[in-house]
Amino acid sequence: MSARLANHTPGRKIFSSRLAALVVWTITIIWTVPTLGLLVTSFKTDKDILGQPWWSSLLHPHFTLENYAKVFLGNDTQSLNSGVLPYFINSIVITLPATIFPIVIATMAAYALAWIRFRGSEFLFFSIFALQVVPLQMSLVPLLLLFTGGAHIGSVTIFPALGIAGDFAGIWLPHTMFALPLAIYLLHNFIASLPRDLMEAAHVDGANHFKVFRMIVLPLAIPGIAALSIFQFLWVWNDLLIALTFASGTEEVAPINSKLASLVGQYGSGYTQLSAGAFITIAVPLIVFFSLQRYFVRGLLAGSVKS
Amino acid sequence: MSDFITTTIPKFTSVFSAIFVFFAVLAILFAIAGRVNGKKARPIALTLFLGPALILLLAGLIIPAVRTIAFSFMNPDSNGWVGLANYTWMLHDPNVKVIMINTTLWIIVVPLFTAALALLLAVMLDRIKHESIPKSLLFMPMAISFVGASIIFKFVYEYRREGEVQIGLLSAIVEFFGSTPQNWMLSKPLNTFLLMIIYIWTQMGFGMVILSAAIKAVPADIVEASALDGAGGWRLFRNITFPMVKSTFIVVLATGVVGALKVFDIVRTMTGGNFGTNVLANEMYSQVFVQFNQGKGSALAVVLFLLVTPILVYNIRTLRKERTIS
Repeated sequence: MSARLANHTPGRKIFSSRLAALVVWTITIIWTVPTLGLLVTSFKTDKDILGQPWWSSLLHPHFTLENYAKVFLGNDTQSLNSGVLPYFINSIVITLPATIFPIVIATMAAYALAWIRFRGSEFLFFSIFALQVVPLQMSLVPLLLLFTGGAHIGSVTIFPALGIAGDFAGIWLPHTMFALPLAIYLLHNFIASLPRDLMEAAHVDGANHFKVFRMIVLPLAIPGIAALSIFQFLWVWNDLLIALTFASGTEEVAPINSKLASLVGQYGSGYTQLSAGAFITIAVPLIVFFSLQRYFVRGLLAGSVKS
Repeated sequence: MSDFITTTIPKFTSVFSAIFVFFAVLAILFAIAGRVNGKKARPIALTLFLGPALILLLAGLIIPAVRTIAFSFMNPDSNGWVGLANYTWMLHDPNVKVIMINTTLWIIVVPLFTAALALLLAVMLDRIKHESIPKSLLFMPMAISFVGASIIFKFVYEYRREGEVQIGLLSAIVEFFGSTPQNWMLSKPLNTFLLMIIYIWTQMGFGMVILSAAIKAVPADIVEASALDGAGGWRLFRNITFPMVKSTFIVVLATGVVGALKVFDIVRTMTGGNFGTNVLANEMYSQVFVQFNQGKGSALAVVLFLLVTPILVYNIRTLRKERTIS
């Protein structure tokens, strides 16, 4: 469409297209260079990183996978005792359930709010919708106290300590909780717009809500679910605040993003390997980005309110 | 290595068993509840579909938010009331003053700069061939975590003592133009702006993409008609294009304000809030988890909540009018 307009409406030429191309490509290069710098740095030897800037290394290429080997497997005892591989695994272990659980629970709730008639459903939907304004920071402390100490009224224990603080479940759960308002809201929009005739026909044929949900709603809601899953996946993978609060920072549960944050303060050889560690961390979302770009954009746009 | 295997296998076992149990429980409940007919069928379906979400929202958001408000009027250990002390502390503490100034700078500079650059690029992109390549590259940083972005810029802002080879891009450029590089992260107030650049770098693509979509949605005949009337260039942009994308532009601004208010990862990773760069969300975290003062931390969280709410309400309302996920 833009090509057609460019050819036939000279008035749309706010800037001549050559100037536009110049501006766009200049900014694009500026925008891309920092990432390129990290990538090049990560393939340099320890000595080289400190000895010459990365752009001169491009002229005298001498690249190595040393940093990646060290960072991944951790045979360098000085700074990274165990390597980042366990943390990388933790990130996967955290991200999968923390994406699947909220999306499934939200899809169910969205269906109930959209297609099961009951009194107060609109009020309930609006209340959930409004919860989006509560920042994470409002929940952190009380939720952590709930995990470690349970809930009490006076001296009466109404809920025992969950004992999941510092456990994977203790990270899945907050992610699931915090994802719900936005996920329910967006999926509700999606599911409520499915054709009414289809639902009614299914009910006339004797299908109950469970069957309608599985046979009609789930398959038709896949595009919405996919977009939201990508957003949630990236949100969890890139999260720092929840990881710092609910994972103890140890090799057992902490994700790679929080490990990386803790490495930043270290200089010397740890510093040279930081580049490789960082690239390993951002590689996963970048792969998601370049392979699922269309869904990715859709998911991000849909989820923009959260960020 | 064998150590690694013995610790990794249980992790994956726990993931897959958790997912398996989750779906198994759902399947069993669905199968049982699906057999109920008659009057009870609907309430049971409703409970099953809606119950889990409501319990999680209650336990994870509503009750904690109320407790945080209560904590903000209590002492560091949350076992005695202190009235408004945690709020009056904010008014008088010199460190908080710096935090508030920085946070104010963030919410002014970041949204304006992000939105203006995004609009410029969206307009320009509409004018060039092969727009998808630069668009992808400009949008790419959105996939990178703030921590990852901070490390990328740690290398850009790297400073070596005078006489040594400058390996950071910024120092090298400054040197190239004949000036003396400095230890960027220590130079107030420049360091705060350098941190803002990291945020703008990651978030600009979002504004660009939605503004680009909005510009493409401006009806072609309106543009053509005004072009025939002799409008061109800047006038066309000011009179036709901009008014039609104005609400999207404001959404981009508002999103920037909320993001800048909550900025935490960048400041924590780059400076830890030191050297005069501290901001609200980082101070909230340090009060609770470094100073162990739940009272002050909660009060800061409440302030954040109060600042974010009106903007988000506006944003959500506008977005709700404009688009649904499709």
